[in-house]
Order: sequence, then C-alpha cells, then structure tokens
Amino acid sequence: MNLDVMISYLPLYRDALFLTMRVGWKGVAIAVLIGLIGSAIIHFEIPIARYIVSAYTQLFRNTPLLVQLFFIYFALPKIGICVSPEVCGTWGLGLLGGAYMTETFRSGLDNIPKIQFESAESLGMSRSQMFRYVILPQAVASSIPGLVANVIFLLKETSVFSTISLMDLMFTAKDLIGMYAKTIECLVLLVIFYLIMLLPVSVLGDLLERRLRHAEFGD
Amino acid sequence: MQNLGIDVLFKGTNFVRLLSGLWVAVRISLISVIISIVLGLVVGALMTSKNRILKVIFRIYLEIVRIMPQMVLLFIVYFGTTRVFGWNLEAEVSAILVFSFWGIAEMGDLVRGALISIPKIQYESAMALGMDGKQIYYHVILPQTIRRLIPLSINLITRMIKTTSLVMMIGIVEVLKVAQQIIEANRRSSPNAAFGIFAVVFLLYFLICWPISKLSVYLEKRWS
Repeated sequence: MNLDVMISYLPLYRDALFLTMRVGWKGVAIAVLIGLIGSAIIHFEIPIARYIVSAYTQLFRNTPLLVQLFFIYFALPKIGICVSPEVCGTWGLGLLGGAYMTETFRSGLDNIPKIQFESAESLGMSRSQMFRYVILPQAVASSIPGLVANVIFLLKETSVFSTISLMDLMFTAKDLIGMYAKTIECLVLLVIFYLIMLLPVSVLGDLLERRLRHAEFGD
Repeated sequence: MQNLGIDVLFKGTNFVRLLSGLWVAVRISLISVIISIVLGLVVGALMTSKNRILKVIFRIYLEIVRIMPQMVLLFIVYFGTTRVFGWNLEAEVSAILVFSFWGIAEMGDLVRGALISIPKIQYESAMALGMDGKQIYYHVILPQTIRRLIPLSINLITRMIKTTSLVMMIGIVEVLKVAQQIIEANRRSSPNAAFGIFAVVFLLYFLICWPISKLSVYLEKRWS
C-alpha cells in the first residue's frame, strides 16, 4: 500500500462523500415524509388512496433499487420525463425508502392497543390531543428500531448511484481503479469513507434504541 | 405501443435472453440462500453462547455486514483479493461468496433472535417432564424456532434476489446487462426500446419477488 497515493486521492473521496451524503440524506428525508403520509392513509383506511399506497409499497419493496433507477433514468426520458442524475438518485432512493418507511410506521401505528384510543377518549381528550399526547409518542417509539434499520439500509443503497453516473464514493473508486490501477489503495479508502458515513449512524441508532426501550417500560 | 419498444422484446430470441439473464440472478441468489440458511443456523446457535471472544467476533461481523454496502464487498472480493493473493476468482463465485457472507450474518441474527425469544418456561416445563437436554432441543425448542424462522428466511430469499442485481457491476451478464445489450443492439431501429425493455425487467423482478414475499407474510400471520 502506498500512503502518498492514498493522501493524493483524499480530496476526490471527500467530494464524493459530500455528494453521497447530500443525495442520501435528501432521499431519507423524502422517504420519511412519504412513509408518514402513506402509513396514515393505510392505517385510517382512506378509500381509494389506500389501494394506491399499498400497490406502491408492494411494487417498490419487491424490485431492486438498481432496476428502479434504470427505469427512472433511462426509460422515463423516452416518454418525455428527463431528470438529472442527482434528482434521479434522490427520488429513486426516496421512493424506495418511502415504501419501506410506510410499512415500518404502519406497523408502529397498528401495534398501539385499541384500549389506548378508548382510554384517551374516556378522559375527554379531543382527537388532536389524543394524537399529540397518546398515540404519536408510542407509535414513534415502537417504529424507531425499524426507522434506524431503514436509514442505514438506504444510505448503503446509495452505492448503486454510480450506475447512473452520479459521482459518488463507488463511482470515484471505480474510476480511479480504472485510471491508475491502484486497486488496494482505492478499496481501502472506499471502506474508510463508508465507515465515516455509516458508523456514526449505526452507533447513534443503537443509543436511541436503547433509550427508547427504557422509555417504553416507564423507567 | 410500437414506439415504446415493446416490439423489440419479441424480435428474435430477445425475451428468452432476458429470461435466461434473470435465471442467472436467481441461480446466484438461490445458491447463496441455501449456504446462508445452513451456515446461518450454526452461526445463530453460536451467537447465543456466553463466550466473550465469540461474542466480540460476531458483534464485529454483524456490524461489518450492517454498514458495508454489498457492492463494496463485491469489489473487495472480486478486485481486491484477486490483486492481493493473486488468485483467479470467477465473478459468479465471488458473488456467491459475498452474498453468503451477508446472508449468513442476516440468517444468524434471525436464528439468534428466534432462539432467545423462546420463553424460559418452555425449557423449564420440558425439564419438569423429565426430558434431557437433547430431547428438549429436538421436541420443544427446535419446532418452535423453525416455525418462527421459516417466514423470515423466505423473506431473505426476496432480499437476496433483489441484491443480486448488483452482480452486473462485476461483469456478470444477468437480466439488466442483457436488457442493456438488447437496447444497444436496437438503438437505430427502435430508439425508444429503453422504455419497453426496462419496464419489462422491472415487472419481471416484481413478478418473482412479490409472490415470495406474499407467502412469507401469509405464513407469518398463520403461525403467529
């Protein structure tokens, strides 16, 4: 391994890391938003919309992100919808994640016993109070483990962006290997940069989960 | 629909080629799933052990699998190890190695979860009935664990199939690569083929994974 080579590559990897993080976290934000709306639609059995949402989740949960991205990036322009690689990556990730988040939040909502709704009502709470103080805190707490797992999964999935010529970490590594054939150095840097991106999320996620598990049992 | 390239699909052997590409992806995932399930059972049982060293090793293993993208692992095995050790690894073999490495961790974690979720009272009741250690495992613990595991491992199959779409990145000609080849070959006669062909690939993946995940949900509901 040649350290000088690795140091000279650092700026390239740093730029790629920023791009990957930007697209990745934007995608996660879209996913959470879609998930919240989607899970509410399914949980409250809103007519027609619930069928659309469940068809969407089935479709996106049962196909690979790579295929979704290829469809958005290469196929949609043929019917007049052109998007830049970055927009394609962000929305591809957002739509994939939205389907997973919908499932996670929905099971969070479904896990709340009926008696919680009834007790809140019998205490004279209004519908919005019930949600604000009784339902949401519990639903959020029970969805956190799934949420953390989904966030890590989505950030990992960003590695396929290189196929739609988005200059992310994977693309940079592949490009450098192709140009200078310093395979080992490039791969070591790739691993280090993915660790920088994902290890903090994993550790923080674990801490959050542990805290919430305590909150659930009330001590 | 002519201008959206559906016609290209039925030109020559294009559709058959697509299907055989899909079979390559499915074959790799099935082999990896079988390896993962068999070794995952062993690893999962080992994970419940109280040995500190084992615990640390498995913790690191799980964490690597959890945060390293499969694509990175593929690159390390296919381009990295071949460079370091100078051996000649076939793309398909390295794909199976990587997906098994990932699958064993996932399966092991599921097995561990299923094993520790069996209530203590089950062990105690079996003991009270005069069963010995072996009998407790065979007649009480294993049937319950397997019941919990089957839906989860079926789910692992769909995830494996979805993940194998990455193998085109190390040069394996699977369904996406075939799709690209077909589109390239018909670029002049049918410039919009990308839409039709990629839509079909999208649908093919869905048609394979959807029934499997339905089955897993159904079994989970029925046996819970």
